[in-house]
Amino acid sequence: MNNFQYSRATDIADAIRLLTADPGAKLIAGGTNLIDLMKENVERPSRLIDISRLPLRDIEETAGGGLRIGALVPNSDLAYHPLVEQRYPLLAAAILAGASAQLRNMASVGGNLMQRTRCAYFYDTATPCNKREPGSGCSAIDGLNRNHAILGTSASCIATNPSDMSVALVALGALVHIAGPSGQRAIALIDFHRLPEDKPHVDTNLGTGEIIAAVELPKHGFARNYSYLKIRDRLSYAFALVSVAAALELDGNAISEARLALGGVAHKPWRSLEAEAALRGRAATPDHFSRAADLLLQGATSRAHNRFKIELARRAIVRTLIQAAGATPQSQAHKKIA
Amino acid sequence: MSDVTHEIPERIPIHIVVNGVGHTLDLVPWTTLLDALRDHLELTGTKKGCDHGQCGACTVLIDGRRVNSCLTLAVMKDGAEITTIEGLAKDGTLHPVQQAFIDHDAFQCGYCTPGQICSAAGLLAEGRARDADEIRELMSGNLCRCGAYPNIVAAIQQAMDRP
Repeated sequence: MNNFQYSRATDIADAIRLLTADPGAKLIAGGTNLIDLMKENVERPSRLIDISRLPLRDIEETAGGGLRIGALVPNSDLAYHPLVEQRYPLLAAAILAGASAQLRNMASVGGNLMQRTRCAYFYDTATPCNKREPGSGCSAIDGLNRNHAILGTSASCIATNPSDMSVALVALGALVHIAGPSGQRAIALIDFHRLPEDKPHVDTNLGTGEIIAAVELPKHGFARNYSYLKIRDRLSYAFALVSVAAALELDGNAISEARLALGGVAHKPWRSLEAEAALRGRAATPDHFSRAADLLLQGATSRAHNRFKIELARRAIVRTLIQAAGATPQSQAHKKIA
Repeated sequence: MSDVTHEIPERIPIHIVVNGVGHTLDLVPWTTLLDALRDHLELTGTKKGCDHGQCGACTVLIDGRRVNSCLTLAVMKDGAEITTIEGLAKDGTLHPVQQAFIDHDAFQCGYCTPGQICSAAGLLAEGRARDADEIRELMSGNLCRCGAYPNIVAAIQQAMDRP
């Protein structure tokens, strides 16, 4: 780990001021990803701004019937919060599918959104990586790319976003509240992370000096018909090869509303409004689920080792929608896939 | 990723309570809690395995919650109450998880054991595990390269049933 200066922010304005004053500074909250990257010399901040004591730990109902979640709420507290368990079980399931109990106790909601890819070349400072060292090249495109992206890739980067929580949040239509030097703004989470294009070193649309203050969930939580299915090389404590968040609103067997998002397949959580529109008004049948899977995976491409992911994703989408329609969500503890 | 020249910062004074005993330490900010415990307080029961949050050998309880001390900066925990494996026994009586690990022979080499036991103590406090599958899932952050998992799960079940 490199030497760095340490500052403890007294309030959000102080954190923004410190962040704006030092271009090499980074915020730290739970630290689970940042400290690891610093130990690998991938991140070398000149200063760490400790925001862990800022008053951003509340989970409160909004006037519109939704939920506002402070950026510093630990992942485990969010997953086990009674309102999340009752009204947004898809979010609870996705969080509990990720990391370990210890890491979920430490990691914050804001930090989960800011975590970086686990592409092995990004971590390996002996190899070129456009995300770590802009312009140096991508080692994954013609290297070991079994875990890499099949959607939204570019000639510069085929890394994936590793978050499970974000996949559920994107499916639920979450907003991100941001505080910055020029005030506050809110953007949809689907617009928060970006595709790599020719700037893979930029993961998000967060501007200079901006801080995530909260995540807001809309009222509709799809608490009855949902499932989060995560497919990985071992049953626990591994990143997704493919994960699916599915949520349905059913009128009898007819779908009145559908949400569908994928993790582990792109530089950001992958959602297609076209795929969801194709489900609305249709019967909840495997044929229609299969059609939605085709639309969601439209444009998928593979490299030497990750072609299996396209078919894996297609089958996982259908399976997750069957689980959601049957109100038999995938258990995150009992791993047999229903 | 160009190299930056840094001033060497001052040491930062912190006060932490470890196993009921208060300590004041002057630390450089890049000292992890794990290194502070082992190298500054000579509490070497907490183990350094992977040092990257993947193995769980460094698990301790901070304000009652299980965390990876290798991914925790000590300066960020100023004022915290920390329990390590050395502090679980009370008045000469082993913690129920410690006793259960002995009863079930839940280790071979023993290197992961302090982390396993602290993690299991945290799991019991969380109250979320009800059966063996849930214990396995919620203990997945603690690896045992000897493969003592069946006995570890049995030990935790005993501690759950007889707290």
